[in-house]
Amino acid sequence: MSVLAEVPLAPNPVEAFIRSERIPHVWCPGCGIGTTVNCFSRALLQSRLNLERVVVVSGIGCTGRVAGYLQLTSFHTTHGRAIPFATGLKVANPELTVVVYSGDGDLVSIGGNHFIHAARRNQDLKVICVNNFTYGMTGGQVTPTTPLSAISSTTPYGCFEEPFNLPFLAESAGATYVARWTSYHVRQLTHAMGEMLRKKGFSFLEIISGCPTLYGRRNRLGDGLDEMKYFKDKSVVQHGANTKEAGIGFQGPIVVGKFVDIERPVFLEQMNQQLARTLDAQYAGCVGDYVPS
Amino acid sequence: MTDEPNQMSKGTGVAEKAKRIRGIVYINLNRCKGCGFCIAFCPPGVLVFSEQFNAQGYHPPRLADAEGCTGCDLCGLYCPDFAIYAVMTHKNGQQGKSPGGSTGEVLRAS
Repeated sequence: MSVLAEVPLAPNPVEAFIRSERIPHVWCPGCGIGTTVNCFSRALLQSRLNLERVVVVSGIGCTGRVAGYLQLTSFHTTHGRAIPFATGLKVANPELTVVVYSGDGDLVSIGGNHFIHAARRNQDLKVICVNNFTYGMTGGQVTPTTPLSAISSTTPYGCFEEPFNLPFLAESAGATYVARWTSYHVRQLTHAMGEMLRKKGFSFLEIISGCPTLYGRRNRLGDGLDEMKYFKDKSVVQHGANTKEAGIGFQGPIVVGKFVDIERPVFLEQMNQQLARTLDAQYAGCVGDYVPS
Repeated sequence: MTDEPNQMSKGTGVAEKAKRIRGIVYINLNRCKGCGFCIAFCPPGVLVFSEQFNAQGYHPPRLADAEGCTGCDLCGLYCPDFAIYAVMTHKNGQQGKSPGGSTGEVLRAS
């Protein structure tokens, strides 16, 4: 194999979306987060959205680093506050496509309250949650998504807390689009992300991803590739499945697919409608003439 | 680590094998962290770990069977380190568009 001093004619599609000077990134070998970034970049390409109006907001954590690596208007916010920050962006400038890209600890533990209320109010946000069952950046502590009996640094004898079932949580809080895939399902992920970008309303995508350095090592699950093979073998595609039955046990089957895709008026529509009805001519529309994109 | 052009390794010579080659694999050797996703999930199974080390001390992949690559770019979708991707070639051996479509730069300009 010869090494050619040649820049390829068709560049890597992801290259236009990442800040190359920051690569190599901090994610461990075998981590699935980089794979989800590939899928996200392909979904953005295929969506034909104006990239100047796409905003990515992340919180803190391994997945929170995504905002720092993406060559888009991206914000790295405080822990758990990605959704409130994104809500502010969306309400102040409804023309933006606001994507929240964060981890399970950030979105449903520290930011759990923001998560359910954004879903309840149907904020037009696209929430991508990379769930690796642990707090990766801080040393592998138990999270609200750690499966029962799994070992973490704060549950050395096995987790005994009932974990969140994220699709069920999102659906019951009022999300209009709920899907779950794993980092193994790259084509499906790209497709689901594309659907989210087109969807109006609170859209939630859970991506099950491996954490070979902490969760995988403590539970003796092998390296990142072994976790990917587990996702491949144990995933059950079930579109429209009852989210109540989509919980994940330790190394158990993972129900994946698109679970919810409904229409519901979004926050800004309802606000404009209510205020226009009550105030009539006095209401000029504080966010302009909101035309959902 | 910079992306010097000479770090790019091209999987095959286009000119001499033009008629049989369906895909070209590009590997940025020094970005690779050796996770093995591309090798494990390549549909035709044409990638293997190379013997050489890269600057980070990992074994990057190499294309073992240049004619087997279909240019499906699944390696590019899996690679968590943005180090590998593939493009399809046209029948006459010219380089085609990458499966992701046109590049983001084109979209940005519009």
